[in-house]
Amino acid sequence: MTPPAEELPGNVAPPMSRPSPEERPAPEERPAPDERPRPAERPAPDERTRPALQRIVRIGRPMTGRLLLAVLAGVAAAGSAVGLTATSAWLIARAAQRPPVLALMVAITAVQTFGIGRAAFRYAERLAAHDAAFRILGELRVHVYRHLERLAPAGLAAFRSGDLLARLVSDVDGLADLWLRLLLPYAAALVVAAGATVLVGWLAPAAGIALGITLAFVALVAPVLAGAYSRRAERAVAPTRGALAAATVDVLAGAPELLVAGAAGRTIDRIGRTDERLAAAERRTAAGGATGALFSGIATGAAVWCALVAGVLAVREGALGGVGLAVVALTPIAAHEVVAGLVSAAQHLPGLAASAERVVDVLDRPEPVHEPDAPLPLPPGPYGLRVRGLAARYDPAGPDVLRGLDLDVAPGGRLLVTGPSGSGKSTLAAVLLRFLEPSGGTVQLVAPGGPVDLVRLAAEDVRRVIGLCAQDAHVFDTSIRENVRLARSDADDAALRDALRRAQLGGWVDSLPEGLDTRVGEHGARLSAGQRQRLALARALLADPPVVIFDEPTEHLDEATAAALTADLLAATAGRTVIMITHRPELMEAANWSGTVDLGSPESRAAR
Amino acid sequence: MRPLDPRLLRYARATAGALGAAVAFGVITAVLAIAQAALIAHAVDAAFLHGASLGELVVPLAGLAAVFLGRAAAAWGQDVVAHRAAAAVKSSLRRRVLERAVALGPAWASDARSGEVVTLVTRGLDALDAYFSRYVPQLALSLIVPAAVLVSLLVVDPLSALIVALTVPLIPIFMILIGRATETRRHRRWVALGTLAHYFLDVVGGLPTLKVYGRARAQVERLHEVTDAYRRETLATLRVAFLSAFVLELAATLSVALVAVGVGLRLVAGGMDLQAGLFVLVLAPEAYLPLRQLGANFHASEEGLAAAGAAFAIIEAPAPDAGTIHLPPEARLRELRVEGVTVNQPDRGLAAPAGASLAVRPGEIVALRGASGAGKTTLLHVVLGLRRPDEGHVTLDLGGGAPVRVADLAPADWRRHVAWVAQVPFLFAGSVAENVRLAEPDASDAEVRAALAAAGLPDVDLALVLGEHGAGLSTGQRRRVAVARALLRDAPLLLLDEPTAGLDAEAEAEVLASLREVARRRATAVVLVAHRPAALAVADRVVTVSSRAVPA
Repeated sequence: MTPPAEELPGNVAPPMSRPSPEERPAPEERPAPDERPRPAERPAPDERTRPALQRIVRIGRPMTGRLLLAVLAGVAAAGSAVGLTATSAWLIARAAQRPPVLALMVAITAVQTFGIGRAAFRYAERLAAHDAAFRILGELRVHVYRHLERLAPAGLAAFRSGDLLARLVSDVDGLADLWLRLLLPYAAALVVAAGATVLVGWLAPAAGIALGITLAFVALVAPVLAGAYSRRAERAVAPTRGALAAATVDVLAGAPELLVAGAAGRTIDRIGRTDERLAAAERRTAAGGATGALFSGIATGAAVWCALVAGVLAVREGALGGVGLAVVALTPIAAHEVVAGLVSAAQHLPGLAASAERVVDVLDRPEPVHEPDAPLPLPPGPYGLRVRGLAARYDPAGPDVLRGLDLDVAPGGRLLVTGPSGSGKSTLAAVLLRFLEPSGGTVQLVAPGGPVDLVRLAAEDVRRVIGLCAQDAHVFDTSIRENVRLARSDADDAALRDALRRAQLGGWVDSLPEGLDTRVGEHGARLSAGQRQRLALARALLADPPVVIFDEPTEHLDEATAAALTADLLAATAGRTVIMITHRPELMEAANWSGTVDLGSPESRAAR
Repeated sequence: MRPLDPRLLRYARATAGALGAAVAFGVITAVLAIAQAALIAHAVDAAFLHGASLGELVVPLAGLAAVFLGRAAAAWGQDVVAHRAAAAVKSSLRRRVLERAVALGPAWASDARSGEVVTLVTRGLDALDAYFSRYVPQLALSLIVPAAVLVSLLVVDPLSALIVALTVPLIPIFMILIGRATETRRHRRWVALGTLAHYFLDVVGGLPTLKVYGRARAQVERLHEVTDAYRRETLATLRVAFLSAFVLELAATLSVALVAVGVGLRLVAGGMDLQAGLFVLVLAPEAYLPLRQLGANFHASEEGLAAAGAAFAIIEAPAPDAGTIHLPPEARLRELRVEGVTVNQPDRGLAAPAGASLAVRPGEIVALRGASGAGKTTLLHVVLGLRRPDEGHVTLDLGGGAPVRVADLAPADWRRHVAWVAQVPFLFAGSVAENVRLAEPDASDAEVRAALAAAGLPDVDLALVLGEHGAGLSTGQRRRVAVARALLRDAPLLLLDEPTAGLDAEAEAEVLASLREVARRRATAVVLVAHRPAALAVADRVVTVSSRAVPA
């Protein structure tokens, strides 16, 4: 059977070969309370002060062996190119002296070997470099996700999803270029450039000095000069692109309303201005990048020209033979061809640094919840809750949304929490689920062995006990089966159908031609709002936690369905501790509740 | 494997300029390359075999300096022109893609994933940078320089010219053969990239839900797998794609080696002089250099063409049928009639709504009710002209003349007469006032404030800047901003999809009273989707919408 942990949202994965069972990670079953996940690797304090790019480079450290292999192949390839030119020049010049053919055999063989070696080593270099870079990229992606996972949802409230997408896909993917286009080509080219300089300098010292200076200029100075032109524009491109992505997400989401309001043209015009800023920034980068081509062209010319002049003088002085002159004159052309690409490679640096900073910025965001260093073991149930003087806020700098809240739910009790929109009902749910750190007061899990402070338990343990059926539950772009099964990975189809039936979706699912395998579309677009709501409910019923919080479970449902559903979910959760959050208390039969809290009551408001 | 997609010329005019510049710079570069080889060969030959001093070489050395400067300047000019053209082309395409994606409407947008469109307009089209700045100029050079080199070699050394003439054509032939083999793989790689973006967004968007069920960490493994599969897929493509580069480089370097060896042997035999030999040796690699660089830039340009193709697929997507009849400006709505409207939803195995009928006149409020999924929202989409019914139609009685079908009206004309509050209203990042003014950008602050007051938000700060999707307001407040937006519109027909969901009883009563008042005072025809008794009570008539199972 396919391990369920990997199946969500499995069907959107590209149709690629799946890894063999050995490579495949063991399915993650719900760990027993003592098998805690490792505490999150947090960067050491000194790590945060490092330049962002350096921290990204360190993520690539495990691949050092593969990277060295790529550099080695690169040196062999570029070395063959320079060797081909140098040996050909020697061969032709020597041949002009009309020696016996046998005297040329070594040179002829060398010329042919370099001719083949260049292509073969280049092929090896490219594959090795791409393999290493993609492996590093995988590490980077997972690294970023792990951090997002700790931040969500409270720590990510400030993010715009379009920006987040551009950040992760564009910045993280772009960072592979740090190795591919910058570090690896530089390492190989510098080694070969040094070798060519030594060769020419050995024949004609003045020509060698000129070659060394021009190569160093192209490899090290020209990028700085070209970078000075384009740095500002480069930095302007990435944020503008993020703004464009966010605006695009907005306009696509709002397309129907924009069409009806006749505002589509105006909105696209507004995005067009962002687009023009992006294009203008790109044009400025163009001039900077092109100065690189100018510098490397001039440097090549200067190297060949100086080599000719120095070579001719050396020949006149008798310090250099005519054969050596040909080698001295032609080798600089090949050597400069090797470093010519470095200028455009170095142009990536400012953009990469900016990407790295934005990625590191995500990594360094403070976690919204502090995990205890030594979490207490989860006491055995049944569980109730006791809240005293609770205060909480989403925005660390803002005012408390909840303040001075007291509530009690006995094990198996049912509490109704009401209040108008904005009174902090969802904030309460976030605190109870350990998504949000309380800013004051205590929350205790009441168990037969005595009450335990929620903050002293591991957050994952808390969520094993306290479940949530949220009004904004995410519906994944996959099948109905996977969407429900994420609540309990070992559930079989019978259990899934039972949960769906209790959420009053059973008949509908049975009527679908593809049944449980029906795809629900992006954000459940192929479902009605009520069906999405009931899908979330089916999840909660399947997970069946000892304490369950329902956050507006009957939103978007008509009265008859809402009443039937409420009755049904209360029956389905018999014996469980239930907290029902709603702004429609009139739908809830008073007799069902062991207690009520009104967050909008005059006392609650006064406490705020 | 097409080197150029003609649609680029059609949709982005800057393409033509880029092509012309590439050819002009290619000719200049070819002439300078030949001059450079001749001057170097002359100088080395003169110094080596004829003992020439620097003084005797002043003219060739000065000429050589001029040639080097000219080549550098040509390379620079080419690069600047190409990058500017790429920026202009991307800007044109981005705009056309967005216009089209919005115009195609909700039916299309739900299928084509918004994440993929975002990837396309941000990172995806950037692949065109490499296409214009590296591939197109190299393509021009590859056509011009080898031909020019071949002609010069033919004059100086026909045998070397023959080797070059036989090997140079091998390169494009191999490029085509291997390019065909990689085509399908390349497409899959592009799909994999888009899927990865979509997958990432879906998982990150669902993080809260995954955390509730303790499955967020398990997704790390899944992510590992997806990225790893992406790496393997990409490497498999590259292994083949790099083969073309390998063959190209092999043909280029090996034939230069053959030319060198051949020239060397003929020099020994006395059939050639050194100056000609050096000229051939310096010039021969120039014939392969542009082709080699074309091969090196080939996959970069393939991504560019793939991205452009993705953009064209959106730009050229067929528009849904739209009516063309224009409403006379003096037209006044007398009655809107929905007659037997049915919309088939094959993927849900039902028709929702099934045979819905209603009529509403100015000043009336009609409430729609029905079970979840019965098709109430879809019915509003049909009235708005966002969706075509499979059966039945929506007609307007405009006083004189026969009734007009909404489907026959020009969409923009009809939408000027309708205001709509969607089930999940769209609020963009901007101030409250900007959001309320969406359809009426010229409305005064006083009018905006009045609309907000009527929607039950008298005290909200107009300048309050909202985050994405209205972040900064509660769900109920967002809905009321959307209601205010619709009320500001003052359209003869007002459609509201659950305008009071998420509101407490007090706020609900305020909004409903405003609707009643608006319907009466402005003689607006109001259709609202509602569940609750208070909302149903305010209506003049209640119409029940229902679905019908359609056997597959």
